[in-house]
Amino acid sequence: MRRRVVPYFLLGPGAAWLLLFFVVPLYYMGKLSLESGVVGALEFDWNWGNYSDALQLYDAQFVRSFIYAGVATLAALLLGYPLAYAIAFKAGRWRNLLLFAVVAPFFTTYLIRTLAWETILSDQSPVVSVLDLLGLAPEGRALATGGAVIAGLTYNFLPFMVLPIYASLERIDVRLIEAGKDLYASATQTFFRVTLPLSAPGVVAGTLLTFIPASGDYVNAQFLGSAGNQMIGNVIQSLYLKQSDYPAAAALSFVLMALILILVLVYIRFAGSEALMGEEAV
Amino acid sequence: MESRGASAWRWLREHAVVIVGILVVLYMLVPILVIFAFSFNDPAGRYNFTWVGFTLEHWRNAFGIPELNEALLTSLKLAVLATLISTVIGTLMAMALVRYEFFGRRPANFLIVIPMATPEVVMGSALLSFFLLINTFSLGFETLLIAHVMFCISFVVVVVRSRLIGFDRNLEEAAKDLGASPLQTFRLVTLPLIMPGIFGAAMLAFALSIDDFVISNFNSGTTVTFPLYIFGAAQRGIPVEVNVIAMILFFFTCAAMGFATWQQRRAEKMASVRPEQEAGVGFPAGAPAAT
Repeated sequence: MRRRVVPYFLLGPGAAWLLLFFVVPLYYMGKLSLESGVVGALEFDWNWGNYSDALQLYDAQFVRSFIYAGVATLAALLLGYPLAYAIAFKAGRWRNLLLFAVVAPFFTTYLIRTLAWETILSDQSPVVSVLDLLGLAPEGRALATGGAVIAGLTYNFLPFMVLPIYASLERIDVRLIEAGKDLYASATQTFFRVTLPLSAPGVVAGTLLTFIPASGDYVNAQFLGSAGNQMIGNVIQSLYLKQSDYPAAAALSFVLMALILILVLVYIRFAGSEALMGEEAV
Repeated sequence: MESRGASAWRWLREHAVVIVGILVVLYMLVPILVIFAFSFNDPAGRYNFTWVGFTLEHWRNAFGIPELNEALLTSLKLAVLATLISTVIGTLMAMALVRYEFFGRRPANFLIVIPMATPEVVMGSALLSFFLLINTFSLGFETLLIAHVMFCISFVVVVVRSRLIGFDRNLEEAAKDLGASPLQTFRLVTLPLIMPGIFGAAMLAFALSIDDFVISNFNSGTTVTFPLYIFGAAQRGIPVEVNVIAMILFFFTCAAMGFATWQQRRAEKMASVRPEQEAGVGFPAGAPAAT
């Protein structure tokens, strides 16, 4: 009898905290999104108009957020996979040092890292001259463009891509890869038929861990973009904290969460769920 | 001549992954080097964006800006408290999820995963809506602490859980066979063995808390943390001292990380009682594969 109560007792404080300060706030945000009136005199009256108004006004920012986040996720995958592969199979005794290098950016504050990119991409920087020579920086400017925002997003969330892919590559039984070679598969065939499928859970987890925070981010667009590169996070932040238009902001935030949830569920249906829930949860 | 070109091409193809890997690592480290370099800059105006000249002045004066010190102190206080609370309740949750079969286990798992799959801006704005509508909390340190504990819990659970899954339960059985009470077993066997996991989780929670900007931005009221100070200062020019403090935090975290890895290796040696079992090189993020 006593044993039955124990898990609930252990679970209690944490579950209560998450319910009270994560789930309940979502309910309140939903309520706020259906209110009308001005600050101080808000009234709940099922005002669904907030949703249609907000979406009509800010549809461009929504679309832009998902495009930027999508491109950044793809770029992070293309950069992160080779790195994870090199660490897992080629690094030897350098492995721990390289893993350290992957997480090292986390040891400096997120805002300062992004501001460092502002320095790197500023007009007088040598990096911009090189980009200009390559034709990648029109009119010698890299800052305040969509490309800069995407580069910042890619950089900031790259470790979230590398670590899960590395974890799944590291778990692969090397004998499977050797078997592929023994059976006369070329290196390319072995990679696409054996290694890549076996690392799929890591790729799924990595893309989600990159895409979700990237689509809601507003720091990169704020520091590296111009007014024309604002993402939906910028709008939500500004409506909440500067304009105090709470109902519209709450509606946008709710739609953002719903859209991401839908995208994630669709993605997981195609890619398998064990990556998100963790293998022990299945 | 041709064969040399061909062999160079082959070498390049064979090492392509390594070369790309090294370039990506450099890409990840460049901003840190820039932050470090610009902590020695002597900017002409208020903006620390272009290199002017070398000076040690800002390292000497690292703690010379009162508002910055205050923000840093607030951040440290907040991070320590959030780490303590989230580590304790997160570890308890992890114990429940790994050690017990009970009704409601799946929803509990879901409740832990879903905050990690939610964009910060949504969590921040939801909490602000909640605080605005119920009107019992005044925005400030208190609401920041609530928010920070909330987003740290899930990460603590995930890290500690991975440690508990690789745990050899026979060691606890042995302790019980030798006459230890359940509490003694927990204190003398279980806790020391999962301690590296708990320590790793605590470090992660601390790092998440001290670095958090988005959720704090929504729920801080007039309280200023280190990231919020930087955000506020960004408009009027960030003092070089911010770079200095960022680098001090960086080196400090590196040292803590080194210590944690050393501890974990030691614990793995302790735990590898069976000689045929080889202790794998552990890394906080990667769980030892369950056999």
